[in-house]
Amino acid sequence: MLRLVSFALFLAVWWTAALFVGGAKLPSPPAVLDVMIAEAASGALFLHLGATLARVALAFVLAMSLGSAIGYLMGRVKLADRLGDPWLILLLNLPALVVIVLAYIWAGLTEAAAIAAIAINKLPTAVVTLREGTRALDRSLDEMASVFAMPRWRAFRHVVLPQLAPYVAASARSGLSLVWKIVLVAELLGRPNGVGFEIGVAFQLFDTPRLLAYSLTFAAVVLVIETALVQPFEAHANRWRPRAA
Amino acid sequence: MRLEVGITGKTFRSAAGGTHEVLAPIKFALQSGEVGVLIGPSGCGKSTMLRIILGLDRDFAGQVARPPEARIGMVFQEPRLLPWRSVEQNVRLAAPNISDAKLSELFRILELEAHRSHFPGELSLGLARRVALARAFAVEPDLLVLDEPLASLDDALSGRLRDEIATLVASRPVMTLLVTHSIDDAVRLGDRLFFLSPRPARILAEVPIAIAREARGDAAIAAIKAGLARQVQGEQGDDDAGPDVS
Repeated sequence: MLRLVSFALFLAVWWTAALFVGGAKLPSPPAVLDVMIAEAASGALFLHLGATLARVALAFVLAMSLGSAIGYLMGRVKLADRLGDPWLILLLNLPALVVIVLAYIWAGLTEAAAIAAIAINKLPTAVVTLREGTRALDRSLDEMASVFAMPRWRAFRHVVLPQLAPYVAASARSGLSLVWKIVLVAELLGRPNGVGFEIGVAFQLFDTPRLLAYSLTFAAVVLVIETALVQPFEAHANRWRPRAA
Repeated sequence: MRLEVGITGKTFRSAAGGTHEVLAPIKFALQSGEVGVLIGPSGCGKSTMLRIILGLDRDFAGQVARPPEARIGMVFQEPRLLPWRSVEQNVRLAAPNISDAKLSELFRILELEAHRSHFPGELSLGLARRVALARAFAVEPDLLVLDEPLASLDDALSGRLRDEIATLVASRPVMTLLVTHSIDDAVRLGDRLFFLSPRPARILAEVPIAIAREARGDAAIAAIKAGLARQVQGEQGDDDAGPDVS
């Protein structure tokens, strides 16, 4: 309910601003909606959205699984931490644009280059978060598992993973938002489809309604995925915690 | 089965750089069906010794011979339950092969039936300790280690749990090692009492109790305690670090 009010307020502010600024710079909500419907009817909207989502999904899964594994290793093994740390700092501070441009130069304007570049941008934050989570693991529970001779996999699944779950959720949350941002840049620079490509075209034509139509549809999809997937996972992972006030 | 502890020493390096001797040479053995009780002042190194016996700490001099196939059941000082798993799951994760009937029986004895599906965060300390006991017994251990399992419980409850421990220990042949501050618990449960010195811990006296556990009435227990008190007073002449029987 509160969410609806909040959304209505956003529309109202947009509409008022559009009236003051004029349609060329900021088209009104109905104008943008018209473009959305037209693009949806032609199928182009779904094609581009689908291409972007596929890239997001692939890069996200790749970065999360690889990043979590590396982070866990660096949290557990001191040598891995020492060896990996300089690379981590380098990757953390490398601008996304540099990674994307280099990936396109070295691997060509290919799908693999785009996905790898997006994944590399997200990887270090996943590593850092999971490393912290691993460092914070409760040693006394490890001891308990070892005394009761729990097999490795069972101990990992029931003793370690639940402790890492909040870190995985946090890393997924921040990582997803990072991937959403970067994927469009990668598409703008070197892909012939996707929301980023369309926004690039709209920018060259100064076609604001089209630009907004794609951006807002994209934002709506992000919102749905966050509320339908990420938040329930977080709630499930934290169900045993006493509720905060 | 037989547990043989032959620790010749344990030191640890503090952050300041000094080395501290935690354990002096300690030697004792425990048979199946026997309850050994370790009694000593706080901080004397009992927990360190337990960690060595359990194989959690390998950095010590000497050796501990424990049958490699021996199943271990442990009740830590704090319950150490998995907060994100229910009471029943906590027990089943440690003892995956337990039958439903056995589990129900255990929960009935420890009065946990109503709490099967609760999470540990929803339990009082007394209940959590009972879950830890249930977990230790559920694995049908060959070696049962109890580190002050009855501390900070009220008298009535600790009395009941002590009786339950006695019942469970009697139900199968198991080497039991109990750490406690309470002479009463020691005398009621133990077959052999080991009195430890302050740090670095060594065994000051080993006192066997001849009367079978089930046959110890209140009078017999009072007599054993009186005997212990005399023994301690006798020892205090040549050793002022005698065990604290209070």
